[in-house]
Amino acid sequence: MILAQIVQVPSDVNEMFDWPALLPLGINRVVLLMFLATIATFLFLYLPFRKPRIVPTKFQVAVEAAVEFVKKDVGREIIGPESVKYEWLLIPMFFWLLFLNILEVTPFINFPPTSRMAIPGFLALFVYVVFIFVGIKEHGLRYFFKTIVPGGVPKALLLLLVPIEFISVFFIRPLSLAVRLFANMLAGHIMLTVFFLTSAAYFVLSPKLLAFPVPFAFAVVITGFEIFVGVLQAYIFTLLTAVYIETSIHLEH
Amino acid sequence: MDTHAAALLGAGLAYGLAAIGPGIGIGIVAGNAVQAMVRQPEMAGQVRATMFLGIAFTEALALFGLLLFFILFGQA
Repeated sequence: MILAQIVQVPSDVNEMFDWPALLPLGINRVVLLMFLATIATFLFLYLPFRKPRIVPTKFQVAVEAAVEFVKKDVGREIIGPESVKYEWLLIPMFFWLLFLNILEVTPFINFPPTSRMAIPGFLALFVYVVFIFVGIKEHGLRYFFKTIVPGGVPKALLLLLVPIEFISVFFIRPLSLAVRLFANMLAGHIMLTVFFLTSAAYFVLSPKLLAFPVPFAFAVVITGFEIFVGVLQAYIFTLLTAVYIETSIHLEH
Repeated sequence: MDTHAAALLGAGLAYGLAAIGPGIGIGIVAGNAVQAMVRQPEMAGQVRATMFLGIAFTEALALFGLLLFFILFGQA
């Protein structure tokens, strides 16, 4: 029954913004898809390393390469040697977001749960708490002072700079982190919907039959583009998390 | 003009205007990244990561405009 609900396509465009609850506790299709992605992430990261072999299987090689990419190109490149302490956050977050975003182009599902504000919003709040916590742990309460008062600036300019720094670090950062992921996935989902529905409508309306390959071709191209965007947004979210943690660790620039 | 029409007009204008600046900005970021990669191909990986970072920061403004579009569209 649950599987049927996951595959079910909403009959109305408004349902994209308003999913009725299917199960108690307000569990709707988006939450079910989120559980699906969570299970996929767990299996993806657990199965190959349950019994690691000396001569790895193909799956283990692929997962190792992907994990190594997050460890090296995101963690060590941005944060430095201390990145080992934050891999518990970066690696599962990257793969979770990747699976959530990829659901956008998965056949029969075609909906990215990240295009609902709740998931990016929660993750951004979590990252916000983490980078402030790291800053306080590393520098004590001087963290706030050092963050909003940049060094080596003339005294008169501080009047202008302190409010800007305060707003940009403590308000715009989490907001833009959440909105970036949310709006990218929402825009992609709407674009795919528009082109697929247009080609379907052209196919049904016989006078315009000749024109139907045009929106369909766009839809196919944009599907490829959305795979790229989904991977890129997962990467950028993880990268920015690493950058924010790094700015909390190393205050002087 | 009633508020309904004003909200719709504002929604369209908000996203249209918000897309101009980031469009120019992303062009500059990507163009300079290509220049850097051509001049120092051995740094290409690092330049690409920095380019995506720059694009992500620039793009946020356009996405705020898109969000404003939905907010205003909901008002209409």
